[in-house]
Amino acid sequence: MPEVRLPTVLRSAAGGSSSVTVEGATIGDVLRQLVASYPAMAGQVLTDDGELHRFVNVYVNDDDVRYLDKLDTKVALDDTVSILPAVAGG
Amino acid sequence: MRCPGAEALQITPAIWSAMVAHCLAAYPDEGCGLLGGDGERGVARSCYPTTNAAASARIYTVAPVDHLRADRKAEARGESIIGVFHSHTHTDAHPSPTDVDQAPDPSWHYVLVSLRDTHPVVRSYRIVAGTVAEEPVVVVDAVASATTGGGQ
Repeated sequence: MPEVRLPTVLRSAAGGSSSVTVEGATIGDVLRQLVASYPAMAGQVLTDDGELHRFVNVYVNDDDVRYLDKLDTKVALDDTVSILPAVAGG
Repeated sequence: MRCPGAEALQITPAIWSAMVAHCLAAYPDEGCGLLGGDGERGVARSCYPTTNAAASARIYTVAPVDHLRADRKAEARGESIIGVFHSHTHTDAHPSPTDVDQAPDPSWHYVLVSLRDTHPVVRSYRIVAGTVAEEPVVVVDAVASATTGGGQ
């Protein structure tokens, strides 16, 4: 199953783990399964409409999924999915 | 050594210099970067300068690919990303309302580098649920295993 690396802000929702394994063949599947497994992440990764939240960036290995097929981006069993917060300000 | 949860950010002169140098190089745009280290103890061990993807004098966005690279380097060094620094080119070293609204992680240290005056001013804050609290920046000559400038 793909490994999902979590940012510190989401680790408490996963019992303190820095990474978890989640089933899914696309980024959308993986993130929906992640939230289903760890409900405290609801609203932090996906919006209420099921879109990728603008406050996170998600990568398959080295590639930002926004520049691939977004939630339809394919994920292989040995891929690493990384979630990082979007860091911005004024 | 500080106790876990201590309200201060400990950095070396090299990290202080790396942050300020990166922000001066980015001028007139805001400069930004990430700090790696031990979050619980508030010890920064590495400075990871990043591109300001917003390329603006008023706002900053840490380039996502730079964040991914910094996160991987930090992990390889046994660190976590513990905070972010950015410059204010014409205002003081205090978080703006935008900084507070967009603060991504309540465990992070938020470092402001003001370039308004002749001498750069570096200050650090915690931002939790919209509440800003300044913390001391403690500059010490040696932090165990300190490394700098590994971001690019």
